[in-house]
Amino acid sequence: MPSSSMSEGMMAKPKLALYWAASCGGCEIAVLDTELKVLEIADFFDIIFWPCALDFKYDDVRAMEDKSITLTLFNGAIRNSENYEIAKLLRQKSVVMCAFGSCASDGGIPALANLKSKEEILQYVYHDSPSTTNPENVRPETAHQVAEGTLRLPEMWNTVRSLGQVVDVDYIIPGCPPQPDQISIVVDAVVDILKNGKPLPPKGTVLGADVRTCCDECDRKKDVKKIKQFVRPHEVVADPEVCLLEQGILCMGPATRAGCGGKCVNAGVPCRGCYGQPANVKDQGAKMASAIGGVLDTDDPKEIEELVATIPDMAGTFYRFSMSESLLRRRQG
Amino acid sequence: MSFEPKLVGFLCNWCSYTGADLAGTSRLKIPPNLRAIRVMCSGRVDPSFILTALSKGADGVLVLGCHPGDCHYSEGNYNCQRRLPITKSLVEQMGIDPRRVRLEWVSASEASLFQEVVSEFTEQIRSLGPLELKEFDFDRAAADAQLVHE
Amino acid sequence: MATVKIRIDGQQVEAEEGSFLLPAIQEMGVEIPTLCYYKYATPYAACRMCVVEIWDKRKKNKVVTACNYPIAEGLEVLTHSPRVVAARRTNLEMLMSRCAPMPVLQEMGKKLGIEEPRWGWGTDTCILCGLCVRVCDEIVGARALGFASRGADRYVTTAFDGEADSCILCGACASICPTEHIQLEEADGRKIIHDEVTLGPNSAISVPFRQAVPNVPRIDPEYCIHFRTGGCTVCSQVCPKDCIHYDEQEKTEEIEVGTIVLATGFQDLDPEILKPYGYGKIPNVITAMEFERMNNAAGSTGGKIQLQNGAEPRSIAILHCIGSRDERHHPYCSRVCCMYGLKFAHLVKEKTEAEVYQLYIDLRAFGKGYEEFYQRILSEGVNVIRGKGTEVVRAGRGRAEEGDLLVRCEDTLAGVFREIPVDMVILCTALEAHSDAKETGRKFGVSIGADGWFIERHPKLGPVSTATDGVFLAGVCQGPKDIPDTVAQGGAAAAEAMSLMIRGEVEMDAACAVIDEEKCCGCRLCNDLCAYSAITFDEEKEVSVVNEALCKACGTCVAGCPSGSIKGLHFTDPQIYAEIEGILS
Repeated sequence: MPSSSMSEGMMAKPKLALYWAASCGGCEIAVLDTELKVLEIADFFDIIFWPCALDFKYDDVRAMEDKSITLTLFNGAIRNSENYEIAKLLRQKSVVMCAFGSCASDGGIPALANLKSKEEILQYVYHDSPSTTNPENVRPETAHQVAEGTLRLPEMWNTVRSLGQVVDVDYIIPGCPPQPDQISIVVDAVVDILKNGKPLPPKGTVLGADVRTCCDECDRKKDVKKIKQFVRPHEVVADPEVCLLEQGILCMGPATRAGCGGKCVNAGVPCRGCYGQPANVKDQGAKMASAIGGVLDTDDPKEIEELVATIPDMAGTFYRFSMSESLLRRRQG
Repeated sequence: MSFEPKLVGFLCNWCSYTGADLAGTSRLKIPPNLRAIRVMCSGRVDPSFILTALSKGADGVLVLGCHPGDCHYSEGNYNCQRRLPITKSLVEQMGIDPRRVRLEWVSASEASLFQEVVSEFTEQIRSLGPLELKEFDFDRAAADAQLVHE
Repeated sequence: MATVKIRIDGQQVEAEEGSFLLPAIQEMGVEIPTLCYYKYATPYAACRMCVVEIWDKRKKNKVVTACNYPIAEGLEVLTHSPRVVAARRTNLEMLMSRCAPMPVLQEMGKKLGIEEPRWGWGTDTCILCGLCVRVCDEIVGARALGFASRGADRYVTTAFDGEADSCILCGACASICPTEHIQLEEADGRKIIHDEVTLGPNSAISVPFRQAVPNVPRIDPEYCIHFRTGGCTVCSQVCPKDCIHYDEQEKTEEIEVGTIVLATGFQDLDPEILKPYGYGKIPNVITAMEFERMNNAAGSTGGKIQLQNGAEPRSIAILHCIGSRDERHHPYCSRVCCMYGLKFAHLVKEKTEAEVYQLYIDLRAFGKGYEEFYQRILSEGVNVIRGKGTEVVRAGRGRAEEGDLLVRCEDTLAGVFREIPVDMVILCTALEAHSDAKETGRKFGVSIGADGWFIERHPKLGPVSTATDGVFLAGVCQGPKDIPDTVAQGGAAAAEAMSLMIRGEVEMDAACAVIDEEKCCGCRLCNDLCAYSAITFDEEKEVSVVNEALCKACGTCVAGCPSGSIKGLHFTDPQIYAEIEGILS
């Protein structure tokens, strides 16, 4: 049980590990964006592993005792064998494993690659893309023989996974990236638990987010909705006071967990859904399909088809951040 | 052994479920492939149900509701009618043949239509073959086999 | 203004100082001839027929026009003194010599003992009284009319004798003209006041029809001059009880009720869309409803069956199934037409000598006593032809002697094509659902069938109730039916409603949708999904709320809630997911 091990760790400074797997690095920046809080973190924790900021070797981690790391904040999706290997390693060494950010929680942007196969991606990147010059048709190798032995690169997977699909995850901190104020709140809670013996939240709890959805944090005026056509944000001058969906701009706000403070919608950009599906929802995309379907302003089957056809890149829009955790996981066939 | 499709049907309580009942009491022969789930209205059918069924082993999903204009709840079926095309196009983008998801209107009196629809859908899915979801569950053994450091 | 005493024909009366003499005289019941006086327009003293002899305060004796002579204390008036009569005769004679022998002048001449003017009749029909000019100017406010030229050449006209842009075609000038010099012609796209029900001209203020409830006049703002120009207000000046207020607005009353009986009825199919019958183009092609109005003792003709020119028709064709039992319009039978068609035949036979033709597809005399009535009609010598009337045309030369119109049909019993000459055609138009029935249905949670009628809960077991508890149906809004059936259904609906009300409480189904206020984000995506309007938005809490008394538990909103905050009791998401898993395992 994490709780008992955690209190044992009270003897010394609690150990913190941060890791990035398949991610953009934004989550790491978000940690730094907590400003003065980051000093508090550094002060309270003994940061024993943070490849982005400090020089550590995987072997240092391998050498640690199991469960010697108090908390691991793991960001990034599991895209290749290396991501998986370190996820497994950190899980083994950590008391509490936290999926940090959308990619680790739900697959995030990297998981959009699940709409293609590994072969399609390699073919495009190394051969077909207009900017590629590859006359010898070279493909990356995962193993290469040199005089000194075998050089290895990680194996790219066909399907991008969320952290929770490959290792046991204790808590989830969603967001692309998790907002600095939310990180601060989580840090304070962790400190409260470790210092003052507050009970741990139940396993699987989503931290640093709200029970409602993004609409709750959106200041726009919401009315009864009837969508006559879908437009992309650059095609119209949106009324800054009115719900974007009502203006035909596909906003994922209604099917996205609150927590970001409505940053995008209040700035005039539709919600992309980075905080993931709300608590009671199984599949963010299917739920959005259901919600949008209810408010199309026509009963005529032909008009419905035409209207639906104007939704740009439906799967990419509905599952922008949650493809790995979607009911179908990836494109089939 | 020939392939027997597993089909999930969402039947509205007032028209299609009653129609299915009538088909039964009329001793109409219906393929046993359809496993029916009763909902009060086709408007209750959440696309998540359809995706769940497909991800849990269904080869096809049939949604049956009252004919347009005849909905017991006035217009629940219109909502279903608007949601299904989105679901189908989402399913298609996810690489599944959209013919595996079908919406039909069957009224309480149309027992023979129910028989016809179910038979036809069963045959269609039979010809499409089984729906095998690739890499749905995480293959831990295969992933571990790639690791060098263990 | 002060009241003063004056003496008229030796009789002392009180009158308002400064008001004109003519109304005071008329009030006494003394008849004074006049052509140019209208109480609500400024007197103009043009016709000079209202002359009277007076002695003013200073006992000065003169002959003046009563219409514009102001009353003052001590005035003495003689209305029919020899001097007055002589003056009137001369004035009238001069008018006559200007004008053609018009009835109004001949009438007046008869009273004053002039049959013909000494100088012979003239030719003009206008007496230059200017009443039209004053009415158009002062009452209508359109200022479309005026005088032109001088002396003998003077005449009433519009600006530059052209079509007056400011004319609103109200017809006030024509109706006020004492000599019918001004005639109103229908101009393109401009409406002339005309009542569709009475088939006759109508005024802008009228009692809609004799049996109207409430039985009071109403103003039609589309025609009323006041509402069009802000002028007139004659009716409010006339009303002795001060009942007419132009600023009264229609009000929406909110009444809280527990049960509702929908008895919204039907609308008549617009026969103009059925081009072959020529309705609206060919005269004397009328609808059954128009015939009913004509036949009504309180209708436009006082119950006389007549053609537009007033003549009695020599023959009438009654065309059944106009728009009913017709795939192109309404596939259903309107149920009432056969019997009222037979009734019309009977009425025509009773009131006129006309020959009557019934053109039918099938005669459906299904009710009690109906078949017997049909047999009676047959014995009354009505021509009953099995074959739908397909076309109505104006009779060409040669046929016009038998009838103005020709009705074409195929006589399916005789197997011949027929052209029947008639003077009048009555179209038995289909009963159809109101064009806004869908909207009405939505308001009350009642579904609409393919044919537009409201759907009852069950054709046999719930013929007057609907899918919404407490809402009942009565009459044609549920489907075509005749009066006995409507009365029966109305009674049943009332009884059903009463049985709910007497209990005083309603049992609810436990299944319904509930919204978790903690999770609802107030996106309002569910608000319009509910066909029963059970979901409202709480502006204060910024969450959507389900009214459990209205919710029918269809679950449409549950599926549509993107945040998963709506729970459909008895059919929750976890229950359904468990079912899916269960049946697939």
